[in-house]
Amino acid sequence: MKLLVCVSKTPDTTTKISFNEAGNEFNEAGVQFIMNPYDEWYALVRALELKEAAGGTVTIVNVGPKANDTVIRKGLAIGADSAVRIDTDPKSALAVAKQIAAFAKAEGFDMIFLGKETINYNGSEVGAMLAELLDLPFISYASKMEVAGNTATISRDIEGGTEVVEVDTPFVLSAAKGLAEQRIPNMRGIMMAKRKPLKVVPPVEANDPSVVVHYDLPPVKSAVKLVDAENMDELVRLLHEEAKAI
Amino acid sequence: MLLVFAESVKGQFKKAAFEAVTYGHQTAQVLGKECVALVLGNAEGAAQLGKYGASKVLHVGDDTLDQFDSQVYTSVIAAAAESVGAEVVILSHSSTGKSLLGRLAARLDAGSVAGVNAVPTNDGAFKVQKGVFSGKAIATYQLDSAVKVLSLMGNAIQPDASGSDVVVEALSVAVPASRVKVKSVERVEGIVPLPEAELVVSAGRGMKGPENWQIIETLADELGATTACSRPVSDVGWRPHHEHVGQTGIAIRPNLYIAVGISGAIQHLAGVNSSKTIVVINKDPEAPFFKAADYGVVGDLFDVVPRLTESLKKFKTA
Ligand SMILES: Cc1cc2nc3c(=O)[nH]c(=O)nc-3n(C[C@H](O)[C@H](O)[C@H](O)COP(=O)(O)OP(=O)(O)OC[C@H]3O[C@@H](n4cnc5c(N)ncnc54)[C@H](O)[C@@H]3O)c2cc1C
Ligand SMILES: Nc1ncnc2c1ncn2[C@@H]1O[C@H](COP(=O)(O)O)[C@@H](O)[C@H]1O
Repeated sequence: MKLLVCVSKTPDTTTKISFNEAGNEFNEAGVQFIMNPYDEWYALVRALELKEAAGGTVTIVNVGPKANDTVIRKGLAIGADSAVRIDTDPKSALAVAKQIAAFAKAEGFDMIFLGKETINYNGSEVGAMLAELLDLPFISYASKMEVAGNTATISRDIEGGTEVVEVDTPFVLSAAKGLAEQRIPNMRGIMMAKRKPLKVVPPVEANDPSVVVHYDLPPVKSAVKLVDAENMDELVRLLHEEAKAI
Repeated sequence: MLLVFAESVKGQFKKAAFEAVTYGHQTAQVLGKECVALVLGNAEGAAQLGKYGASKVLHVGDDTLDQFDSQVYTSVIAAAAESVGAEVVILSHSSTGKSLLGRLAARLDAGSVAGVNAVPTNDGAFKVQKGVFSGKAIATYQLDSAVKVLSLMGNAIQPDASGSDVVVEALSVAVPASRVKVKSVERVEGIVPLPEAELVVSAGRGMKGPENWQIIETLADELGATTACSRPVSDVGWRPHHEHVGQTGIAIRPNLYIAVGISGAIQHLAGVNSSKTIVVINKDPEAPFFKAADYGVVGDLFDVVPRLTESLKKFKTA
């Protein structure tokens, strides 16, 4: 099986967020960047497991600038066979998807894995876009997958429950918690990653139909109102009269 | 024209559908346009969408649409959007809506924003906002494409049912065959699923063990709330995985979030800090969660929670 895993780079959740003075650019200086957890922990690892069980190749792809190579190398260290970076830094999900689609169409993968969302903008958009551009089925929020021959049986998370679907390759899937267990790269993996191919390819033409033009910090929360632990009647009163929550 | 896809399950509309139609109506007013609702599959009470501001309802009644496939749905919604000349297509930010947003954007070559939380503005340019970076910032997007696709965050706006029923028109569009076979659908019955819940009682490691959850469930029952938990609690199996909220779990924004014995780590806050009102019950006055809370109770949860349940009982019978 020929497997593709799309990986994105994102600030770590614990990072402090700041913007330039005009409020239209995210300040990257001093920010701790990581591989998007859903891509690293679930999408990539499940793809590797399938390859280990049935043979094949795992390629990772990232659309982004040279600075993303660290994240890509980590994916190789975890076990991907090769990597491709499409050398452009789009401002919209659709432009990212168009880049990956152009590459994937030429290569013809059996399964394309993505994370359920990138934790910076929580868009959850690229996977669905890619599936549409490639005219493939899209199985989102996959938390379990078994493969027999060319058929996959996949459990997907839906509101308050689970849906089980069956689909034949080729298809696009987005990974949620449960699909696999995180793997920590070992020393050997890290050494081998240095020798694995990381191909840089030029982008295709794609515009950004939706862009962030401004960032604001959320309104500051007023200080917490402490209620005496003995007086829960008072908390109920506040929740009813002041917060109008009950 | 604006087109709102109103989601239904087994013919029943969810609150998210009423929110989406209300949002569609409000957006239509900003743009000086009309808002039309689209219903797929079985949808008995579709006429009531008029109450929320739809000027009419289009219905594609093909039986195969009772099963969800993003590819089939996209084809049908895109055809409906083209038939009414929709400039804006609005979805709910649910597992269904999120699986459609990107597909529709690609299909219609549209700009898209996932999880918007306010009505767009249109001062020459179409702009709309959403929360980003785990609630640490708000981003304003500008969309320049001819067609725009938005998904509305749950609980971001209040459904407004002040209108009246409208006609439901059958719309005939081609429904392609699905390449995905739905084998089974399981939903927890009887409780409001977390992403839709207005009231949530959540508990963490401070509970000491799964045998102590009775007090949380009693409180939740008294309130009519849905229960949630922190990640370590679901990781060790004290609670089911679908209760796990936070960065790696579900992100929610209920009207009321009561956090019991949860420290308030940033990864936990990432999933809950947009809740309208946050109550924190913790014995440690230095717990970081108090900084994100509206109301705080410093005390032992094993005393405070039953006491709160009692007070609620009194309040309800008063
Ligand atoms: C990449 C990553 C992703 C993560 N994603 C998530 C996520 O999605 N969701 C999530 O929740 N966590 C997540 N975490 C874990 C997170 O960092 C915290 O470790 C976790 O939220 C802590 O859970 P807790 O508050 O239940 O436990 P603790 O931090 O142990 O807090 C227990 C609290 O209970 C209080 N307490 C104890 N006894 C009592 C008592 N008798 N009465 C009152 N209060 C009491 C204590 O004072 C303490 O504040 C993630 C971590 C990482 C690294
Ligand atoms: N720049 C990118 N390069 C490669 N894959 C990406 C990129 N951005 C997003 N993805 C993939 O798309 C998924 C969903 O991302 P998003 O639509 O940004 O929430 C991520 O989990 C990645 O698998």
